Amino acid sequence: MSRQRIIIIGATSAIAENCARLWARQPSDFVLVGRDQDRLDSVAADLRVRSPQSSAQSIVLDFSDAAAIAALAKQTTVEGRVDIVLIAHGNLPVQSDCQQDLTLTRQALEVNGLSPVLFAEAFAAQLEKSGNGTLAIMGSVAGDRGRKTNYVYGAAKGLIDRYAQGLQHRFGGTQIKIVLIKPGPTATPMTAHLPPRGLARVEDVARRIVAAVAAGQPVVYAPARWWLIMMIIRHLPRVIFNRLNI
Amino acid sequence: MVKVHSWGRLGEFDHQLIPLSDRRRVATQLQGEAAGLAFGMGRSYGDVCLNPGGVLWNTTMLDRFIRFDETSGLLQCEAGLLLRDVQRLVVPRGWMLPVVPGTQLATLGGAVANDVHGKNHHVAGSFGDQVVEIVLMRTDGSRSVLHPGDARFEATIGGLGLTGVITELTLQLKRIKGPWLNVETQAYQNLSTFFDLADAAEADWEHTVSWIDCVAGSGRGIFMRANHSDVQQSAPKSSRQRRMPFVPPVSLVNRLTLRPFNQLYYQLKKKQSTALQYYEDFFHPLDHLLEWNRMYGPRGFFQYQCVLPRVHGREGVQAMLAQISRAGEGSFLAVLKTFGERPSVGMLSFAQPGVTLALDFTNQGDKTQKLFASLDDIVRNAGGRLYPAKDARMPRALFEAGYPRLQEFLSHRDPGISSAMSRRLMGS
Repeated sequence: MSRQRIIIIGATSAIAENCARLWARQPSDFVLVGRDQDRLDSVAADLRVRSPQSSAQSIVLDFSDAAAIAALAKQTTVEGRVDIVLIAHGNLPVQSDCQQDLTLTRQALEVNGLSPVLFAEAFAAQLEKSGNGTLAIMGSVAGDRGRKTNYVYGAAKGLIDRYAQGLQHRFGGTQIKIVLIKPGPTATPMTAHLPPRGLARVEDVARRIVAAVAAGQPVVYAPARWWLIMMIIRHLPRVIFNRLNI
Repeated sequence: MVKVHSWGRLGEFDHQLIPLSDRRRVATQLQGEAAGLAFGMGRSYGDVCLNPGGVLWNTTMLDRFIRFDETSGLLQCEAGLLLRDVQRLVVPRGWMLPVVPGTQLATLGGAVANDVHGKNHHVAGSFGDQVVEIVLMRTDGSRSVLHPGDARFEATIGGLGLTGVITELTLQLKRIKGPWLNVETQAYQNLSTFFDLADAAEADWEHTVSWIDCVAGSGRGIFMRANHSDVQQSAPKSSRQRRMPFVPPVSLVNRLTLRPFNQLYYQLKKKQSTALQYYEDFFHPLDHLLEWNRMYGPRGFFQYQCVLPRVHGREGVQAMLAQISRAGEGSFLAVLKTFGERPSVGMLSFAQPGVTLALDFTNQGDKTQKLFASLDDIVRNAGGRLYPAKDARMPRALFEAGYPRLQEFLSHRDPGISSAMSRRLMGS
């Protein structure tokens, strides 16, 4: 396989970092985008030790700045062919805090919904020009149905879901693949406050994502069992669902 | 609060888990109100890695490499990396960790904090001997870079996690000819023969270890010695990792199974043999069965590992075997090995010149404790000591007698760090 050029937005997130480690098993060229220079540099140094023939460049960006996002997409595409774009940033807000404080609700919607869509739209335009490439974007099982315990986060991820569907329609029949990733709860710093039993291992989630990206699979649940769980949850009649404490 | 147990599964205790994932933020994360303790893979057997009711700083997400110089073999990395991940990166490049313990599913930080040893102690010393630099964060927010010769370095090697949280370290790896080893096995009928074999092997063999049949009572066992081979063949297809799927209602290691197992194992292995083994199969055979510790049933198990000075080694081990056999107990995973003359770096390091015996016992409450008390007497009289990484019950007096540098060590403790073991053996 020829050398891949891989752009990762939110490259310091645990899932993204683990995907990068898997991609780095083949010499690759990484562009790591994040909010914190030191943390990006740690990830880049790690990838270079794991894969001395790979390159890793880090870029710091304001994730809410639409103009900066558009410029980044343009610049990275000008610098070379883009094979994979992984949009992985996000955070898990506490639902009850969002209900108390609208500023937190707005932030949660912006970070988990709006910002990823801006990145995706910016890179979709560039991929369209080059005619191929794979764009993978992080949704969540939480986006499949609104639940009282995390519907603000779920609504942002639901936005990603519908958006990715639209992109897939737009690029249907072309060489451009759109992959919507729906991880279940995964053991990362983001879920540190949840009981660890039942959390998926981040290496396993990453392995599934990397395989789905290679195959251009439109929707991937990680781990796979979440496909079945969420199908049941999506189809529960409202009268039953609304009585459940989930 | 989350329930956490150690490898011996002697009990589950509530802890507040705080993940450390960004080494630059650790200083702030450590400055909480409650005393905490670094926790990696939980591979130590007793209470050295537990802090019931308090905080555990989970280090497994501090898993980044920082720098690797393939010419000098110096590796700088974060302390939550697993030994396995280091080996899989460096072995294909002709390097290896000089010292590895029985499991490679432990973190580097844990290996330092317990100053673990391997089958090549007579050549390479213990884990601390390959460490050239440690970055230690303390709960007062300070960060220090420690080197061999520094008092705090010697307190931290084998320091049971009590001097601070190790976030980064630099290791001197060793060059290897390849990942394969020539392994020879030979049966011995009694302890004298064991010592003869061990002494004879030290000059020419890098790795020596033996399995001892602790049910037979005669001191018979199987001696193994190995050297790296020149053979350049690719890694074997990784054998499937299996998992002990559940905790059986009673321990599978019991009176009915012990004698036939030990007998069978001895009979299978007693024929002298030579074989070529991949390093993972030779060093870490038990890693192929994940969660093997569940075998011992719902009450868990103890490891009893001591080191006895050589002068009392033979009669001490003989006496211990007699006690075990009198108590009608025994062990599958009984290991007997000589240590070399090299003194350990750490103030509380376990390894010292002599012979070490390691045994596992299903937890049978008072009965097991009584046996341990009689084994303790033998260790004390022989001037030996027990291994904190394995311990959940040693009396404080035996700890103090076995570790003469304890007072010196205590001045280096981080007051914001505490473990079940430190409260039990050091009073805080």
